[in-house]
Amino acid sequence: MKAKIIITPKKAVLDPQGKTVQNALEHMGYAGVAGVHVGKYIEIDLAPGTDREAAYEALNGAAHRFLSNPVIEDYKLEIVD
Amino acid sequence: MHFAVLQFPASNCDQDCVHAVRVLGHTAEFVWHKDTSLGVADAVIVPGGFSYGDYLRCGAVARFSPVMQAVKQFADQGGLVLGICNGFQILCEANLLPGALIRNRDLQFHCEQVFLKTRNFATPFTSLIPPARPLKMPIAHGEGCYFADPETLAKLQAGQQILWEYCDVTGATTEAANPNGSVLNIAGVANERFNVAGLMPHPDRASEALLGSEDGRFVFESMVATLVEQRRQQAA
Repeated sequence: MKAKIIITPKKAVLDPQGKTVQNALEHMGYAGVAGVHVGKYIEIDLAPGTDREAAYEALNGAAHRFLSNPVIEDYKLEIVD
Repeated sequence: MHFAVLQFPASNCDQDCVHAVRVLGHTAEFVWHKDTSLGVADAVIVPGGFSYGDYLRCGAVARFSPVMQAVKQFADQGGLVLGICNGFQILCEANLLPGALIRNRDLQFHCEQVFLKTRNFATPFTSLIPPARPLKMPIAHGEGCYFADPETLAKLQAGQQILWEYCDVTGATTEAANPNGSVLNIAGVANERFNVAGLMPHPDRASEALLGSEDGRFVFESMVATLVEQRRQQAA
């Protein structure tokens, strides 16, 4: 079982990386790119036998306290087999 | 006065801070990130650097180190804490200061001299700053763009918690004088109680004429004057 956490900059936060990637895509000729947001992906391997709900609960806390900064970032947490 | 200067893995301005304090005639000692006590410190400096390799986010890992629990307690009791550069990032991550520091607007690492307009002279970190001219200090950071949501910014403005703004040599807080895209040109802020402050520029690297500026001294000297006054009041 794994936990997958996707962290993205909040919409209101300046995202110069996203903007730079967007500009590059446009220069390369990719049309219709309305916005690019560069974030982080964290994958956590969970020990065999871990309780799914307990893991979600604990990692949701960790994502809020440590893995993301709620001032500037949003996150999505998912537990997958 | 006696300053505690924290040391994390990859702190690199710890020596500069200790040197600056000693040049001013005071004492300072290093406190290792695994220590749970600050010793007999009168004030704490969280120095610049790249604590824990800036992994995850700048300051995100350092914030959970044992010494930071001691710093939080020290701050809760009203002790003076100054965060410089990475130290500012750590204090924001630790929720001891509002806001966050993100990647510079132009994605470049900026290593240059900047000018600072002091916005509030009635704080333990600014009381001895001469109001007539802007301060000159160096910056050296890639993630110094200050961000806070509009509600937090309104509170900072109303509470006069914005201590320093980037400005030009004449003191004008122009867009061109903003090296990193910080909202409202913010270079440094304080907490509501004004006993914790942080800034991206380096007063520690601007405390001797040899280094091109002595303006950083005013920040440390303001802290010392505050501590002297606190002692006098306690003794009275």
